[in-house]
Amino acid sequence: MAGKTLYDKLWESHVVREESDGTCLLYIDRHLVHEVTSPQAFEGMRMAGRKPWRSTSIVANPDHNTPTKDWDKGIEDPVSRLQVETLDSNIKEFGALVYFPFKDSHQGIIHVIGPENGTTLPGMTVVCGDSHTSTHGAFGALAHGIGTSEVEHVLATQTLVAKKSKRMLVKVDGKLGKGVTAKDVALAIIGKIGTAGGTGYAIEFGGEVIRGFSMEGRMTLCNMAIEAGARAGIVAPDEKTAAYLKGRQHAPKGENWDKAVAYWNTLKSDLDAQFDAVIEMRGEDIEPQVTWGTSPEQVLPIGASVPNPAKEIDATKRTSIENALKYMGLEADTPIEKINVDKVFIGSCTNSRIEDLRAAAGVAKGKKVAGNVKLAMVVPGSGVVKRQAEEEGLDKIFIEAGFEWREPGCSMCLAMNSDRLSPGERCASTSNRNFEGRQGPGGRTHLVSPEMAAAAAIAGHFVDVRSVH
Amino acid sequence: MKAFTQLNGLVCPLDRANVDTDAIIPKQFLKSIKRSGFGPYLFDEWRYTNYGEPGMDCSTRPLNKDFVLNQPRYQGAQVLLARDNFGCGSSREHAPWAIEDQGFRVIIAPSFADIFFNNCYKNGILPIVADAAVVDRLFKECQANEGYRLNVDLPSQTVTLPSGDSFTFEITPTRKHNLLNGLDEIGLTLQHADEIKAFEVKHKAAQPWLFAQ
Repeated sequence: MAGKTLYDKLWESHVVREESDGTCLLYIDRHLVHEVTSPQAFEGMRMAGRKPWRSTSIVANPDHNTPTKDWDKGIEDPVSRLQVETLDSNIKEFGALVYFPFKDSHQGIIHVIGPENGTTLPGMTVVCGDSHTSTHGAFGALAHGIGTSEVEHVLATQTLVAKKSKRMLVKVDGKLGKGVTAKDVALAIIGKIGTAGGTGYAIEFGGEVIRGFSMEGRMTLCNMAIEAGARAGIVAPDEKTAAYLKGRQHAPKGENWDKAVAYWNTLKSDLDAQFDAVIEMRGEDIEPQVTWGTSPEQVLPIGASVPNPAKEIDATKRTSIENALKYMGLEADTPIEKINVDKVFIGSCTNSRIEDLRAAAGVAKGKKVAGNVKLAMVVPGSGVVKRQAEEEGLDKIFIEAGFEWREPGCSMCLAMNSDRLSPGERCASTSNRNFEGRQGPGGRTHLVSPEMAAAAAIAGHFVDVRSVH
Repeated sequence: MKAFTQLNGLVCPLDRANVDTDAIIPKQFLKSIKRSGFGPYLFDEWRYTNYGEPGMDCSTRPLNKDFVLNQPRYQGAQVLLARDNFGCGSSREHAPWAIEDQGFRVIIAPSFADIFFNNCYKNGILPIVADAAVVDRLFKECQANEGYRLNVDLPSQTVTLPSGDSFTFEITPTRKHNLLNGLDEIGLTLQHADEIKAFEVKHKAAQPWLFAQ
């Protein structure tokens, strides 16, 4: 019999029961909750007179609607304010292990605060009504996004009705060049397999390059698994995982710590494990990436030019390129380095952790944001990240270079608060989606790494960070 | 959840690949704390020529006449015909809520994004995966023939074309049973509460740190 993959092990250790068609009841260890996808679930619980199965599995915090400046004014948009206040009252009524209300010193993006306070651990099942829950797979947890009906199902039963996914291994060996980051690896993988390439799969990321990533890098990579179509991305835990978690508030302590680490060491794919699909890439082949279209798979290395639809033989793909170029306001064959930017956004659950901010600050240090850039903003992932960055003086570097230094939240990744692009504005963004209207109606998003975003802010157009830093 | 058994419905063709959930229901509408009323904002940025805000009266908004949903021949459509990777992007259940609220009960596409696909079943929508060649044929026939309807039968897992040709589709027995009967999944799961409790005891003994308070 073939060995087991890490995904098999995580799955099997959480199956409560299995139906004859393979549908399982899967036990959920950690339930992350934010204000956008939970109100209808709590309302459903209330209407059915149900109590949460295990409220201490819940880690909650508002993030999508919260403003990133002028916190003393509160949340000015009444509709946003009501949604955030609804989360306050729902948590008060139903309970939670951790709740950071708006303006709490620990509040931030839900996918940043979970790992930060040790509530995301290897071997867990983690769900949230948010597709970027895949982020937590960086710890060797089985983590994926769910809909609001499932949020209610998890609240009421601590389980999900689910079927096992197929298993994909994405292996990146070799070495990354200078200036090439986890974000570039993620975008290069999506460019290779497409936004539906991982549909139906749970992806395990392996190989020397992934082992070499810090926990922050692994989170960036797993965060983007959903943009490759896979609900879950996983990296096997190792000594870096344990080192990151040790001493965090909710991480195991004392005797439990040793037992936990011993168990975590078993969480890896067996040498003879079988995957349903294997993708292999070389780190040396990956260059800094920039998306040019309206899907994350529409991505190219910085030295390339925007594609020409006339050269595409597949009719559906040709139409997609034409639609994307029209929306993005780009001419075919334009070199990516010739594309000017109007705004720069450094933040989001993909790239707002301390390491991301250090990398961007490294590029911005001693330089000035170009005159044609109307706004360059840095939005830390949490209050903890913000304070750490300030202790390291990163805020001063950004402010001196002409960036705005904001309060934590999801911000312009999806523009549910007032941080958004105006129609036609072009943005270099460290977020995860370049869909039409994602950062504001008519806004044009190019996804890049924090280094590349900072370099674009300084140059006023996309530029190869390797040539300027 | 609404039950689904059989439907003979008008088809609306949305000829775009990778239709994402931001396109299906833009983020500003996610601020609602209700689960109904999203239908008028379905495909908002493609459907109207002005910027939509929550609570807006859509009956007076300027329409994009070219968008399929606005064409008279597709009014009252219950079957949405789509291309590859429909529903990619976010987990927002507001997407199927908006589709259902608009009157669609069936979506046919060569492929769907996983989370969206799963969310459909929770809302009485039947997502059908069909061969790309079949979907191509449906697009051609639908665009060529006004009033094009498909008959969708869940018990026999069959879609029948006006010509009488038909194709079958896959669905897991559990999902089929729940959809046919419009069952409350939470109620069903709670019938297994003792098994969940027993699992929890075992799980806690093995990994007590997962239950730290």
